[in-house]
This record gives sequence, C-alpha cells and structure tokens, in this order.
Amino acid sequence: MEEAAQYSLVEDGAGGTRLVLSGQLVLAVIGPFERALGAIPGPLAVIDLAAVEDIDTVGAWMVCRIARQHQCDITGAKPAAERLLAAVRGFDPSSDIGPEIRPVWERVPVAVGKQVFAARSGIAGVVGFFGQILLGAASLLRHPLRFPLKALVHQMELVGVSALPIIGLMSFLIGIVIAQQGSVQLEQFGAEALTVNLVGRITLRELGVLMTAIMVAGRSGSAFAAQLGTMKLTEEIDAMRTIGISPIEVLVIPRILAATFMMVLLGFYSSVVAMVGGAVVGDVALGIPFWTFLARIQEVVPTYDLWVGLIKAPVFGLIVALAGCYNGLQVRGNSEEVGRRTTMAVVSAIFAVIVLDAFFAVFFTEIGWA
Amino acid sequence: MTGHIHSPDEPPVIVIEGLANRFGSFVVHEDLDLTVRRGEILGVVGGSGSGKSVLMRSIIGLQRPAAGRIDVLGRTITGVDLDSGIGVRRRWGVLFQGGALFSTLTVGENVEVALRKYYPDLSPELRAEIARYKVLLTGLPESAVAKYPSELSGGMKKRAGLARALALDPELLFLDEPTAGLDPIGAANFDRLTRDLKETLGLTVFLITHDLDTLYEICDRVAVIAEKRIIAVGTIPELIATGHPWIEEYFNGPRGRAAHAAHMRGEK
Repeated sequence: MEEAAQYSLVEDGAGGTRLVLSGQLVLAVIGPFERALGAIPGPLAVIDLAAVEDIDTVGAWMVCRIARQHQCDITGAKPAAERLLAAVRGFDPSSDIGPEIRPVWERVPVAVGKQVFAARSGIAGVVGFFGQILLGAASLLRHPLRFPLKALVHQMELVGVSALPIIGLMSFLIGIVIAQQGSVQLEQFGAEALTVNLVGRITLRELGVLMTAIMVAGRSGSAFAAQLGTMKLTEEIDAMRTIGISPIEVLVIPRILAATFMMVLLGFYSSVVAMVGGAVVGDVALGIPFWTFLARIQEVVPTYDLWVGLIKAPVFGLIVALAGCYNGLQVRGNSEEVGRRTTMAVVSAIFAVIVLDAFFAVFFTEIGWA
Repeated sequence: MTGHIHSPDEPPVIVIEGLANRFGSFVVHEDLDLTVRRGEILGVVGGSGSGKSVLMRSIIGLQRPAAGRIDVLGRTITGVDLDSGIGVRRRWGVLFQGGALFSTLTVGENVEVALRKYYPDLSPELRAEIARYKVLLTGLPESAVAKYPSELSGGMKKRAGLARALALDPELLFLDEPTAGLDPIGAANFDRLTRDLKETLGLTVFLITHDLDTLYEICDRVAVIAEKRIIAVGTIPELIATGHPWIEEYFNGPRGRAAHAAHMRGEK
C-alpha cells in the first residue's frame, strides 16, 4: 500500500511560510490528506514539492488547489510532476457536475407546456396514423395480390395460438375465483344457486374479453411496439420505404387484422374456460354437478350476453394493435426510447380498453341488453 | 508509478501465455501469447471476427478463458475473482466502443462513479472537482460536464468515455476502436489526445483499432491477430518484413499505402 503523503510547515528567513510536501501524493491517499491540509493556517509563501516521491493528476490538482487558495508559488517539482501540474493548472476550480436544475416556478410551467404540446402532436400523429392505415387498406383492396397473407397467418399464430395456454390458465383461475368468492357472498342470502348466473353472465359479458384484452396488450401489444421500434432503429423501415414497400401494408395491417380477429376467438375461448373453472368449483364446493352447472348456464344466460362480449372483443383487439404499432413507429433515437414506447403502448392500450369497456357497459344496458 | 519515464527493462504490464477462448465448439483463440511493455501504445489489429474484442474482454476479466494465463500489472487474473479485491481493477481504465456511458448520469457524474466506489473518503467537493477536470482534460468544453450522454455527439461520447476511463488515474488504458465512427478530423484529434495523455500521465495503452492512420501515427508496436493467435508483434516495418500474406495485404493495400504516405508527409 502507498505510504501516506505528509506535510510540514517551515518558516523561511523572509518571514513567509513554506509548505513542504513529501511521500506519495496520489489518489489512494488524498482523502485524509485533503482534510489535514484544509486546516493549515495561511498565509503560505511557497509550496515545495522537492520531496514528493510520486504524484498523479489528483495530487497535482490538490497542489494547484492549495496554491490557488493561498496565492503562492510552487517550487521543486520534478519534470513528471511539472508535466502533470501544467496539464491540470488551466482548469478553473468548480465542483459543478450535476444536471442543471431550474427553480420550481420555471420547471412546472415548462413541464406542463411540454406535455400540452406533446399531447397536441400526439393527437395529430394518431389521426395521421389512422389515415395511413386507411390508405394502406384501400391500396390493398385495389391490389389484392399484394396482400401479406403469410405475415397475417404468422401474426395470427403469435397473437392467438401461442396465447392459448396462458389465457386458458388465467381464465380458468378467474372462473374459480368468481365462483368461490361469489358463492360465499350469495350464501348469506341463501342464493348459492345464483352462482351459476354470476359466473355465466360476468365472464361472457365482461371479464372474459376484458382480461383477454389486457393479456393481449401485455403479450402482443408490447411485442408489436418493441419489434417495430427496433426495426425503426436499425433503419429496416427506412430501407423498406426506399425500395417502395409500404411498412403500413406489410407490417402494420397484418398485425392489426391478426389482433382484431384473434381477440374475438380468444375472448370467446376465455369466457368458456372461465365457465368451466366455475363449474369445477360448483362441483367440488357447492354440490352442483359439473354438467348441471353448464346446462344451467344455458338456461340463465341470455344470448345477447354472448353478443356483448363478441362485439367488444374486436374493438379491444384493434385498440391494442393500434397502440402497439403506433408507438413502435414513433421510436426515434436510441434503445431507451424502445423501452419507453413499449411501456406507453401497453399502458395506453389497457387504459383505452377499460375506458371503452365502461362506455360499452352503459351503451348495452341502455339498448336493453341488461 | 504515474508520471514516470519508463525504461524498457521494467517488468511488462500484460503477459498472456497460452490463452484459449471458445464459444461452444467455435474456437476464437488457441495458444495465444502476447506481452505489453510498460509505457507503450500497443495497437491490436485483425480481421472482423478475429477475436480482438474477446482478447480485451479476457484481459479485463469480462470473459473467462478456457485455458491459459493472463498477468496484468504483476497479478495473475485468470482463475481469480476480480471482485475479491486484488485491487487491479482500479489500476486500469476501459473505453468501450460506443462509450458505454451510464445514460442516467451526466458526463461528470459518470466520471465520479468509480471515485465514489473506490475512494469514499474523498470530500464531495474534491470528488466533483476531480471528475470535472478529468472531463476537461479530454478536451471536452465546460458546457459538456453537466450534460447527459444523449445530448452529446459520437465524438464527444468517446471523449467522455475516455474521461471515465481516466477517473482513477490508471496506469493501463484499454481502448476499443476509439476512432471508429469519427470523421477524419475527429479521429486525428482523438489520436493526438491519446498520445498526449499517454505522455503526460505515463500510461500504457492497449488499443484495438481498424484505423491505419492511428496505427502509423501513435502506436509504438502493433500486434496482429489471425489464425486464432497473435501471428506477429512489432513496429509496422518489422511486421511487413515478416512477409505474412495477411499482414502484407493489410499494410500494402490501397488504404495501408495511403496511410503510410500521409504518415511520411507528416514526418517531413
């Protein structure tokens, strides 16, 4: 380990004080040394480095710092030390390295203003994106041979088929929870038998589609944003445009169609599996035989409950895919942006889905599908 | 030993013996030997995918070699956990290809990270002062100190990365393609900066590069990686004299000749 730096104060004949430094003047020992030097009384006439064995830029900086503080000269520096002193002497002493921080009364309006302008350009961007998709769809209708069928099938597999296990498991568990918790509450009114109505109606009308939409947003919406965002960063999308291929046609439209269509199937599948979960609870805990439970559902659930779910599903799928693709194509600059946009895609998709679901609930009740 | 003039008989800074690196069945290095002398700038060249970066990663402990022995600054680092405090990490600095700056910290704070970790007894003001002059030492303007990496250009990021590599006053500096992606003026300036810092601070520099101008202008010796090992080390005339076909093509190709001609003009 390095030998610590030392200092001594020597009175010279002319009435000034000479600071004599010795030993190792390097980063490893500078911490305690700085505190010791801070306490020395002024004024100093000269700093003598003749006895310094080793010095690095930090040591040189320290020497310059004392020299500046006491306005004194430096003598006895060896060539190596002299070189280091010359290298660091010119820089003005400041410990200002943090980001620039503005006062609150400036920061808040600036942040608000930025948000407002971002919202404005965001709305313009979404409208523009819709327009691009409509144009792309129109041109595909005119040239049906260009339709990216392969990409569509591939996306349908990714969004739909490979989501079956996780959505099935989730729905089964939700069915179980609803049946079990619902029966505990209904028991208090002696209405355990109504558990069948509860499970059947809530899964078909609300939860099946809603939970599936949230799952698809997390699985596929995020994947869309990350894929397109990365393609944007690696200039793949620019390359497509240069060749004359529309990224909207080959990337966005297959994803949107796949998500919209598969959402209908997944939503229905989810509702069915949830009802099976409820029926299992009915069989095990409530004494309603499995097949009786399912047969009762047919009697107590009106057909329009199925339509409510099936009408909402494609809308949710569309929202999730639009949010994913739009945010992916908005990526600019660096990889951090991909993460930010992916998060934004999922959050805005789930938020929009839940808001729309509330509107749908009111709407369907008003038209008599209560 | 910072700031000293080095004599050639001092012990070498890096000694590599019989190094082997494999990824699965793909062999990157086999029986690779290399010695880096104190106080020199050693350029490392080789074709794309020849394992230059893997070699550097092996030396700095990011890649565990399949076989062989690596001594850095007098310590054996193969088979040793670098986190266990053998203290060699604080004696080297590394500049990664893209700068690899921490994006959530300002440039100055980036430099401060290592100081904070290894020397917690420094007063915050002195630590920040040190970080600041290190940034200025690499030729960045004062306004860059408090900026975030995303606000800097590519060349400025490299300088900021260099400042971070210099944070602990290292004896040994690793530079991975420092001039890649810089315009010729920026690249020449960076070369000059590397040489000036090496002379002022008494550094040893391990420099991976594709830039022939860098090799001619600032490298004391050049090591050539090919066929999974170092096929030759020496000054550029010595390398050309070996007559190896790859080296021949590398230095006597059109780019090599142009760099040589530029170097000769500079000498005059």
